[in-house]
Amino acid sequence: MTAVSKSTVSVEPWRTFVDGPWKTRVDTRDFIQRNYRPYEGDDAFLAGPTERTTGVWTTLAALLKQEREKGVLDVSPIPTSITAHDAGYIDRANEIIVGVQTDAPLKRAIFPNGGMRMVKGGLEAYGYKIDPEVEMIWSKYRKDHNSAVFDVYTPEILAARKSAVITGLPDAYGRGRIIGDYRRVALYGTDFLKEEKRREFHETDDMVFTDDLVRLREELSEQVRALDELCQMGAKYGFDLSRPADNAREAIQWTYFGYLAAVKEQNGAAMSIGRISTFLDIYIARDLAAGTLTESEAQEMIDDLVIKLRIVRFLRTPEYDQLFSGDPTWVTEAIGGVGEDGRPLVTKTSFRILHTLYNLGPAPEPNLTVLWSTKLPEAFKTFCAKVSIDTSAIQYENDDVMRPLWGDDYGIACCVSAMRIGKQMQFFGARANLAKALLYAINGGVDEKSGAKGAPGFEPITGDVLDYDEVVAKYEKMMDWLAKTYVKALNCIHYSHDKYAYERVEMALHDRDILRTMACGIAGLSVAADSLSAIKYAKVHVIRDDKGLAVDYRIEGDYPAYGNNDDRADSIAVWLTETFMAKIKAQPHFYRNAMPTQSVLTITSNVVYGKKTGNTPDGRRGGTPFAPGANPMNGRDVKGFVAAGASVAKLPYCSAVDGISWTASATPGALGHLPEERQRNLANCLDAFSAAGGHHVNVNVFNRETLLDAMEHPELYPQLTVRVSGYAVNFIKLSREQQLDVISRTFHEKV
Amino acid sequence: MPTQSSTAASDQSPIAAGEPSPQGYLHSVETGAAVDGPGMRFVFFLSGCQFRCLYCHNPDTWKLHSGRPVTLDEAMAEVRPYAGFLKIAGGVTVSGGEPLVQAAFTGALFRRIKSELGLHTALDTQGYLASGLPDDWFDPVDLVLLDIKHSDPDQYQALTGKALQPTLDFARRLVNLGKKIWIRYVLVPNITDRDVDILTLADFVVSLGPAVERVEVLPFHQMGAHKWESLGMDYPLARVPTPTAEQVERARTLFASRGLMVA
Repeated sequence: MTAVSKSTVSVEPWRTFVDGPWKTRVDTRDFIQRNYRPYEGDDAFLAGPTERTTGVWTTLAALLKQEREKGVLDVSPIPTSITAHDAGYIDRANEIIVGVQTDAPLKRAIFPNGGMRMVKGGLEAYGYKIDPEVEMIWSKYRKDHNSAVFDVYTPEILAARKSAVITGLPDAYGRGRIIGDYRRVALYGTDFLKEEKRREFHETDDMVFTDDLVRLREELSEQVRALDELCQMGAKYGFDLSRPADNAREAIQWTYFGYLAAVKEQNGAAMSIGRISTFLDIYIARDLAAGTLTESEAQEMIDDLVIKLRIVRFLRTPEYDQLFSGDPTWVTEAIGGVGEDGRPLVTKTSFRILHTLYNLGPAPEPNLTVLWSTKLPEAFKTFCAKVSIDTSAIQYENDDVMRPLWGDDYGIACCVSAMRIGKQMQFFGARANLAKALLYAINGGVDEKSGAKGAPGFEPITGDVLDYDEVVAKYEKMMDWLAKTYVKALNCIHYSHDKYAYERVEMALHDRDILRTMACGIAGLSVAADSLSAIKYAKVHVIRDDKGLAVDYRIEGDYPAYGNNDDRADSIAVWLTETFMAKIKAQPHFYRNAMPTQSVLTITSNVVYGKKTGNTPDGRRGGTPFAPGANPMNGRDVKGFVAAGASVAKLPYCSAVDGISWTASATPGALGHLPEERQRNLANCLDAFSAAGGHHVNVNVFNRETLLDAMEHPELYPQLTVRVSGYAVNFIKLSREQQLDVISRTFHEKV
Repeated sequence: MPTQSSTAASDQSPIAAGEPSPQGYLHSVETGAAVDGPGMRFVFFLSGCQFRCLYCHNPDTWKLHSGRPVTLDEAMAEVRPYAGFLKIAGGVTVSGGEPLVQAAFTGALFRRIKSELGLHTALDTQGYLASGLPDDWFDPVDLVLLDIKHSDPDQYQALTGKALQPTLDFARRLVNLGKKIWIRYVLVPNITDRDVDILTLADFVVSLGPAVERVEVLPFHQMGAHKWESLGMDYPLARVPTPTAEQVERARTLFASRGLMVA
């Protein structure tokens, strides 16, 4: 093997680009910084959908309708890999950007490496049978991630999983939340990338061969193999990915192929695409300047790319879909933000990708995420607000709090997790239920629903009125147990995943030496905070059943609730966030020396978590949904959404660097009478939330009546999109329970 | 930390002269209102109203003492955390109820919001009680959201239990005081939606000249019905339909036909 040299790349694809270190070593950020041009203008330049775009989308819409009716359109029996399937098309003659996960659109693949159980469950639920040979291979000759995890779990972890005091763990399928730098495929081509990987490999030849180093060397070899397969996959579609992309169309196609290889190989819980718009803008701007591309053609290519990103599918069980509402894949694209040098990273392609929500209509995927900064160009802020009001399909994350930690080339994994692209990954850890843990503290580790012992070695509270200090002392001990059990589970999961379902191609698009985070999370924050506030400021009587188990609470007096910008309650939520993070950090070991982090995010599992948690001391009835993410409890934020946002913004990002999610909903009328007023008001609110240090906000703008009508007549609303904690869903794909939860959630409309 | 004197400002007001720090009765606050004046507003909803409008959607604000008693300092503490945001995004609106039921408190609150926070201020009123207030009461008020419930004196009386004329007089007085005005008109099918009544009002509004920046047509809704129920009262308009989009559009067009800016 030889060291890489410039000679492996012809100079042509890089013509006109500004020189820099990126030409000799993989450095996508350096390329972007030297070559992109910020755009400060408005949306007037944008082009509508062409006949071709509308035609392809219409063809696909018919398939999407069939899929909605059947649940799953089709399944390929072949175990997936980057090269397992032949090329597939929606409408070959009319597609500009090509490639689907199997040999036909919406035909799902099976991913036995993640877990055979999920494959079988998914197949059976939709009337398919597993190929006996495949079943034999993965039971007799090949072990999967899921089986490995259950070989090492402890009885306590199993009990915590069952009672849902810890839940959503990625132990049955791909963990996801890893973002390959798919742009590298376009900028460098696979030959250059392979050379770089070989160089990284041989740099370790003379090191001490510890377990860690041997594993790394094996991984690097697998990465090179995956890059070869990526190149073969491109060849099936008639493209030569070994060389860099030569023009805008190729840049989009190459980048997408990098991503496509990832979703052919992995059914990760969330498969973000990264931060591609401004990178692609460099190629589009070059072609526009050369006169080889028109604005309409540029928009068409972005539209076609987004069509592809909308049909990424994984085969899941109905239980999974119930938890996450439909078919989420979290193809998250981070848009905008500001560079470390102060120039906004907004380009015309930032506008173009948001504009797909008009050209193709709203949709939950890709998960379009605007990296908001008070320093964004005003015209872009206004455009984002307009898109939010018209489509409810975008989310906002505060670039001003993330940039100092993660620089200016980070993406968002899943919903809210920032990571430097190609330089960082996370070990996804779902979340622990802090509300249920409080009930465990009160009941001495006995589950309030089943009566079974969940956490050993604890004594229950026996008094009739809850004493704040006693509760907090017991709660802290219970959080110690919870953190210990939780981190052990995550160590099991990620050890097994690396071993049996390693993300070869995604990691091939990373540097060798990366930062790993162990992303823990909490659910039930507002329930726990309000419960403690009730115990502290009102009088909470315990109601016990005949076995002495605390099963209900009677509150005497009022208490301040989280979400009203009242420090008495908000400081409890802050304390909970900081305390649980400290307990996580105190654990003795994190797999691969990962840096522990946490999120305050529930996705839609706030409904299921609520179901699995009994009556709580805040007065919440057992079974009712939690508030999503960091939201205040429904109906308790009585001072409007500015006060609610101020409360959420108090949660310290430094204690939850994996993200803090808030979902705000308003009717169009509540944002102002006139369209321009609504846009300005919303943009001002986003500025204020950012300036206050808030991290993430979903913005929903719709009428209650529309949602009610969509429940009755789903066929009329195939694209109605609603943001829920961290991502967006098709409203009509939500379970009835989740639909009612969305509707009952605070509509910030003054009556 | 020195505490803010709550009486300093009110000393300047003849109506509040001799009164110690006035106490107010607050129904609720809203931190993110966007349809109660320009931009994003912090709204104080004060309790107490002398009207008994048939279509009232907040009958729980009628009784003064059903509100939470607050001092001026407490009221200021409610709004102060948002001052930075409101400075950029909008301002403060005092609504009700009818805020002029508590004129001394409302006036003192406006003065402090103006002098201490420098925010844009709006008064949401139907103006009936304004005649007793001195001109300088309005000094710290930038905008009046003037609610005119009907243009026909008899129907106005039937609907609200009070006379129309004081409200019209108040509108003229605001023009003389140089105040900006937004007219608010609640469109109730079969009660306020006759073309002739709307045009009569439109002509009156036009006669006020450029002081009126806009007219807002607010569609009647039934979302207040449960409040009547929970207060144990019969809701006279329980069977009144909400206006259709076409009806609302027609009313807006009628106002606009007189050259008014309609939102």
